[in-house]
Amino acid sequence: MIVHIPRDSSARSVGADAVAEACAAAGHTVIRTGSRGAMWLEPLVEVDADVRIGLGPITPADVPTLLAALADGRLASHPRHLGPVDDISWLARQERLTFARVGRHDPVDAEAYEADGGLDGLHAALASTPADIVEAVIASGLRGRGGAGFPAGIKWRTVAQATADRKYVVVNADEGDSGTYADRVLMEGDPFTLIEGMVIAGVATGAEHGIVYVRSEYPDAIATLRTAIDVARIRGWLGSSVLDSDHSFDIEVCVGAGSYVCGEETAMLESIEGRRGMVRPKPPLPALAGLFGRPTVINNVMTMAAVPTILAHGPEAYAGHGADTSRGTSVFQLSGNIARGGIVELGFGVSLRELVEDWGGGTLSGRPVRAVQVGGPLGSYLRADQLDVPMTYEALAANGAMLGHGGVVVFDDTVDMAEQARFAMEFCAEESCGKCTPCRIGSTRGVEVIDRIRRGEDPGGNLELLEDLCEVMRDGSLCAMGGLTPMPVLSALRSFPEDFPTTGGSRSPEGHDDRTA
Amino acid sequence: MSTDASVEALLSGLTPPLLILPTLQALQEHFGYVPDSSLTAVAQACGVSRADVYGVLTYYSDLRRTPPSPVEVRICMGEACQAVGARELRHEAEALVGPEVDVTHVYCMGNCALGPAAVINGELVGRATNQALVDRIRR
Repeated sequence: MIVHIPRDSSARSVGADAVAEACAAAGHTVIRTGSRGAMWLEPLVEVDADVRIGLGPITPADVPTLLAALADGRLASHPRHLGPVDDISWLARQERLTFARVGRHDPVDAEAYEADGGLDGLHAALASTPADIVEAVIASGLRGRGGAGFPAGIKWRTVAQATADRKYVVVNADEGDSGTYADRVLMEGDPFTLIEGMVIAGVATGAEHGIVYVRSEYPDAIATLRTAIDVARIRGWLGSSVLDSDHSFDIEVCVGAGSYVCGEETAMLESIEGRRGMVRPKPPLPALAGLFGRPTVINNVMTMAAVPTILAHGPEAYAGHGADTSRGTSVFQLSGNIARGGIVELGFGVSLRELVEDWGGGTLSGRPVRAVQVGGPLGSYLRADQLDVPMTYEALAANGAMLGHGGVVVFDDTVDMAEQARFAMEFCAEESCGKCTPCRIGSTRGVEVIDRIRRGEDPGGNLELLEDLCEVMRDGSLCAMGGLTPMPVLSALRSFPEDFPTTGGSRSPEGHDDRTA
Repeated sequence: MSTDASVEALLSGLTPPLLILPTLQALQEHFGYVPDSSLTAVAQACGVSRADVYGVLTYYSDLRRTPPSPVEVRICMGEACQAVGARELRHEAEALVGPEVDVTHVYCMGNCALGPAAVINGELVGRATNQALVDRIRR
């Protein structure tokens, strides 16, 4: 039989390699694919029948029964039988545009890519003019998926209109936010889509040099992407005449070195140039003076990977998804203490409650949801009674929160929110680049103030001091690292005041209350 | 070959113009760490000051100035892993293993739906338990 087993690093972390080896040893043809993104079903084994039949999760312990079911063809009687993969409701109900192909194929199989709609966007772009490509991206309403939400097409137009001897397309794959992994799953599962988006950006802006800055914590993504770039060169998708056109474009991979702040775009440029990842003041905008001082398009992986579908199916089709000025789809990532974690691509506007309860199935521990952090380590914590907020840029901002890179991290009722607030400051202190004082010094002072509050030392005065410190960090920091660290801190303080002592006492720093099991 | 000779050979094999970070990454790839004795040669090869090289070397947490331990355990301490017991896992792991095992933390391996996550000598482990860590360390 032909069986498809993911080579995605999440699937591998729970035993996919052992399952694949056992299937191959039993004489089956094994095709390693990307992950469908249903991490709660990994390792998800898909067996080629008339349609692909899913079984999952298949851990190494389930291998004997899997092999027996494969041998006698009675898949339906296996306890992990899921039926046709395309009918699994958790996957079938999604609006997969960016992730349409992820998990279906060997990620570096160029023929499978083309046969499944790959390159349609690039062909459409090459048949168009650079100005019309930019207009299409503007018309689609695509906004930056890295967190800032800036209209991608406007950025492209700025670079297109700039004159320079050299321009760059840089993709930010320094996906450092805890609770986010969509960039990784796409690079490991369908890297050609990212490559195609970058080539389109090059054609639209006149840039011939592409760089993907990938964090070192993603070795599998780096390897897959490098292989895909080699394949794309051989196929003529990259090189001196892209698809036999007069456009030249090539891509190289640049590997990070374990610095969170290098996900900030100007720190990333410094790092690509080989220096310490220190934030640059803006202006100048990178679109005008970016990498090596040249005009540079900088987009997140999710932004760039949305471009091929926009060109292939038209900006109207893309803008037809979503709500308000949040057009298109967002790739939400469910994680933390959640029963059904994974990638959920839906139009903007789905409520956080639907994501956490319907898609996520509540907590993994089975205890009540107490807090949900949206948008990474710099995002706000929301209470269980605040989950009806629609997931759009506007609605989250109105609730004092932000979408960030689409991460949704769930905590059950054993969480100590004063500890989480402390961690936000501690994380900032560890990862601050040190360029500006509010972030570099403020974060260390923040840890100390929260420790005093938790020890019950003059909580009233110290809470006031913490609010004051947060205001200085928010208004005085050079970039989002120091500027947004107050979001998780203050949201924890305001939404979960019961976790912070308000009168002097002897509550220990580790002091959980009776919620701690 | 002495370390200095190896450094020279490695640097002369790289394609100029050399940037500091990828040059240090190449040295670490080869030696497992960046020997302090290489800083002057790197500075010359990159056309920068020794202080610039030192600045980059000490900025990035991946770059190390001493040889790595034979067994390295990195436990993810990102929020998603905290939500499923990463703090407790790290606390217990440090108590369980001997001094030959280097237990450190890392912020996010992108395995946030299957936490807690740990990496043992490059192998990513999802839904990590102390038993799983100990089993792999012994292997």
